[in-house]
Amino acid sequence: MKIIVCVKQVPVRDSALRLDSEGKWLDESDLSWEMNEPDAYALEEALQLKEKLGGDVVVLCAGPPRVQTTIREALAKGADRGIHIETEDKERPDALATARRLADVVRADAPDLVLTGLQSDDLGYGQTGVILAELLGFSHATIVMDIEPQGSAVRVKRELEDGWFQHVVLQLPAVLTIQSGIRRLRYATLMGIKKAKTKEVKTVSAATAPGGSETNRVSLPSRTKGSQILSGDARQVAHDLVEKLRFEARVL
Amino acid sequence: MSTLVVLEQRGAKWSRISFEALAAATQIGDPIEAVVIGRDVTGLVEEAAGHPVQKIFVLSDERLAEYTPDAYTISLEQLIKARSPKSVVFPHTYQVRDYAPKLAARFGQVLLSDVVNVKKEDGLVFVRQLFQGKLNAEVKAAGEPAFVSIQSGAFRATEPGGNKVPAEDFPVTIDPAQIRSKPEAPFREGARSVDLSAAELIVAVGRGIKEKENLRIVEELAEVLGAELAASRPICDNGWLPMERQVGSSGQTVTPKVYFAVGISGAIQHLVGMKGSKTVVAINKDENAPIFETADYGVVGDLFEVVPALVQEIRKEKV
Repeated sequence: MKIIVCVKQVPVRDSALRLDSEGKWLDESDLSWEMNEPDAYALEEALQLKEKLGGDVVVLCAGPPRVQTTIREALAKGADRGIHIETEDKERPDALATARRLADVVRADAPDLVLTGLQSDDLGYGQTGVILAELLGFSHATIVMDIEPQGSAVRVKRELEDGWFQHVVLQLPAVLTIQSGIRRLRYATLMGIKKAKTKEVKTVSAATAPGGSETNRVSLPSRTKGSQILSGDARQVAHDLVEKLRFEARVL
Repeated sequence: MSTLVVLEQRGAKWSRISFEALAAATQIGDPIEAVVIGRDVTGLVEEAAGHPVQKIFVLSDERLAEYTPDAYTISLEQLIKARSPKSVVFPHTYQVRDYAPKLAARFGQVLLSDVVNVKKEDGLVFVRQLFQGKLNAEVKAAGEPAFVSIQSGAFRATEPGGNKVPAEDFPVTIDPAQIRSKPEAPFREGARSVDLSAAELIVAVGRGIKEKENLRIVEELAEVLGAELAASRPICDNGWLPMERQVGSSGQTVTPKVYFAVGISGAIQHLVGMKGSKTVVAINKDENAPIFETADYGVVGDLFEVVPALVQEIRKEKV
């Protein structure tokens, strides 16, 4: 089975966010970057499928040159080769623009299965996989927790709302977006890191693809609820908090 | 010039978030038409009386009896082409997330997803949350129609009571060969033995706890308070606490007198499960964590210092 995993590189979780001088986007100068966590689960799922069934896992990532580190990380964990769609540093593609670029490369590689995370931790559109399926003419399922190959089809377990689940049988080729937290993520071994250096990473340059949105400005949300913030010495804070819960909110 | 609102129903019951989507649509300001997918929806259409809708289109083709992204996309595509709305508004549900991006892509658009506010400036501007609620972005659709999904709880649902809304069947054409997925019956896994919905006091723990071994700290707080222990999703995914103690969109919805959110950043998926709490106390070291927006009392500090101090303080008071 040939599997392409689409991963994104995003700012490290819990990064301090600062706006740029025009309030158009973030000041990215002192951000560190990492693999989008939901995509790490998609990669893990692909590697486990490969261990069971054999085949190839290709990691695909669009972004400026810095995303090479994320591709190498995926190779170190066990992906067989990488494809880097190189974009300009200044671009801010939305889910549609990204899916359009990914689609051209995926089509050329003709996989059985495309896996990606259910959303990105930065833009959070939660759509790239679904749009990709539409552009490629592939079937798709979202929020997938388990994958069971069945010849030219695949039976997946999807998560619905309120603790409900559902199995769905899909024709291949298909795009699946993977729920986070469903498996334990592996670490790259020293051997894996060594091997990754010799694995192929193909860089393709892509023309700008149109998206479907324009971002006018960004802002840090203001606190709408009148919350009281306590800070300082832990013992003092604990004392003040208990007082307030007891005599102000009267809930203890 | 109209807005089309896609209303969601399950088992012949409206989902409340449908009317929140309707409320968002009223802020757009164009006349509103709605659509509901399903059979035997006469009762639902009657219940919709008084909502600010000019007409409800009913899509009841037998191939829509079970949800598939293909059939939903094909049908709504036909309706949108027939009505040419300027905006299409959805509730941001798991189901919408599964097909609406596909539908929008057919019109060369992206779904402006999880929108929390609508503004009218030079055209329509939608406010989306990025970085799990840590950043707001004002976004415009690049073309028409604009496809928008509305975050649960962001708009006050419109109220019924008033004139009947006329309904019209909208016939669709679906070739069975176009449906590439076959859904099986939905199921639940095991019965829940922990019911957090009745708990008066809840101590909930999130990623900030770092290690399973550290859970003892929050367990102690729960013990001294006589509170139920709960968690955000990552904690349960790691198997540190059982799934049945999870609060949020994929877990339980709780409404205690006091909810202590310890080391929980406050992603929307968690907030929807606990925002009905009477009093929320948040303890987090990141002062920009979105949980502080929902909190009545926020402690910006290290939970490994604050929680033990809190335990001591409560013990002291009890003596």
